[in-house]
Amino acid sequence: MSQTLVELRQVSKFYRDGIGIKQVVRDCTLDIERGKLTVVIGPSGCGKSTLTRLIAGFERPTSGTLMSEGRPITGPHKDRLVLFQESALFPWMTTEQNVLYGPAARGEATPQAMQLAGSLIDRVGLTAFRRKYPTQLSGGMQRRAELARALVNNPKLMILDEPFRGLDAMTKSLMQEYFSGLFQEMQATVLFVTTDIDEAIFLADRLIIMTNAPTRVRKVINVDIPHPRKLADIVENDSANDVKIRALSILHEEAMRSFGGSAKASADFVQAYAARIGRTDSMTPGNPAP
Amino acid sequence: MAVTATLAAKGHGRGSDLVGAGLSIGSVLILWEVMAAADLTAGVPAPTAVLAAWWNLLFDGGYWQSWYLSAFRVAAGFFAALVLGVLLGLAMVVSRTLYGITFPIFEVLRPIPPLAWVPAAIIFWPTTELSIAFITFLGAFYTIVINTLDGGRAIDQRYVQAALSMGASRMNVFRRIVLPGTLPSVTTGAAVGMGITWEVVVAAEMISGGGSSMGGSGGGTGGGLGFLIWNSYTGGSYEQIIVGMLSIGIAGYLSSGLLRRFGQWATPWIGRR
Repeated sequence: MSQTLVELRQVSKFYRDGIGIKQVVRDCTLDIERGKLTVVIGPSGCGKSTLTRLIAGFERPTSGTLMSEGRPITGPHKDRLVLFQESALFPWMTTEQNVLYGPAARGEATPQAMQLAGSLIDRVGLTAFRRKYPTQLSGGMQRRAELARALVNNPKLMILDEPFRGLDAMTKSLMQEYFSGLFQEMQATVLFVTTDIDEAIFLADRLIIMTNAPTRVRKVINVDIPHPRKLADIVENDSANDVKIRALSILHEEAMRSFGGSAKASADFVQAYAARIGRTDSMTPGNPAP
Repeated sequence: MAVTATLAAKGHGRGSDLVGAGLSIGSVLILWEVMAAADLTAGVPAPTAVLAAWWNLLFDGGYWQSWYLSAFRVAAGFFAALVLGVLLGLAMVVSRTLYGITFPIFEVLRPIPPLAWVPAAIIFWPTTELSIAFITFLGAFYTIVINTLDGGRAIDQRYVQAALSMGASRMNVFRRIVLPGTLPSVTTGAAVGMGITWEVVVAAEMISGGGSSMGGSGGGTGGGLGFLIWNSYTGGSYEQIIVGMLSIGIAGYLSSGLLRRFGQWATPWIGRR
């Protein structure tokens, strides 16, 4: 079995807008490896969401090829499930009905599927909310219900497009830790899109940094820290901080490019940031703060 | 009195709402009665006189016949509009081609007030009864179609994409995403349409003569509540005019209340927190 689950080769996506042609993705080549948590990060509006829609099969590329397990991607498929930016739970279904939707829609609502749905609902801690509608759940609960709804289909690839955006800081970090644990437990392949550098480094096995629009891969960085991860550990982890500095310098360069700024300004910014990390290090236990 | 005052002061809960409604309606009635007694109402009869006329009508089969006829016409027109309107609206949501063909015609016909159809309807439909039903049908039809169409088109595309990505068929998406997603706007459209139906049926009865073949006996006449008002006007019974008006108010209130209940039952996910 090949290590690569999904591969993109020279993928471009152009849209016709009022004035002319808008290039959103250009010559993008990337691999999604099995069993890895791949995080895609890039400046907002760079075309990351378009990339996820292409991989999900909701849209067709203007040129280039997208393959899943060696076969071309021609449309949406249950093997590649998408969790959208804001909750896309069906408002007219209870948590239970939402989770069971996939199997039911495919005519597979067997007793085993029902049992799996039930245990997933327990696993995401929504047992008491089985018969509630999405509007009766909090933001974090909705995201967890959606995770269960995706997992019940046993997808080969889970695509999460900024799934924790809009949650408050506390809930967000809890969800990140929770997701890291869940990922480790289910041994799935995940494509996770975000604009949040801390979230990206916290979750990523492979961090893919994208350029500004028209977007393509700028840099791939591996983060070799085992899941499940804890936020407190990552903050003090040297290799994580190192990745952060490298990622920030690239991201900042991309952001400055869209502002029309110079590489010098970018370098200054990173230097300032690295200095700050240095101070943080000196305050960790073992090196008591002055 | 002290009790009602404290209840009203609290301002919340069903009980105090009822007290407030009672106080407001009661004070208007008392003012009206006093003004009528002082001959300040330009010939509008006093509440007591209206109630007396109403009491008499309650034992008049013709009055109940009027209720029955108007309610029947409203129901016939409304349900025809509901079935056809929802079908057309959904078809326009699903098919771009049908939408392209139908929508322009629809938008030309829609601004024509139902009452402007009365002469044409009387000419083209074989019986007065069918003409009135047709007019009431038009009253609700446009609103229901537009609401169904807007509701269906406003369904978040992410729901459809999410369903497709879980392996759902187009048919399943229609049945379990498009239909329930449209339902709230259908119930809104139906409630608004029901209101228009009562407005229209009354006017249609006045203009068409209430279906003379159905004419009942006595003060109630039996031509529908709209015709009852018109007939009372030509017969000079001002009390009965007001009884007819209030009867329509009650009928409209009851039917929209029923519809609202049904809407809440059909869309249990709305408004629960």
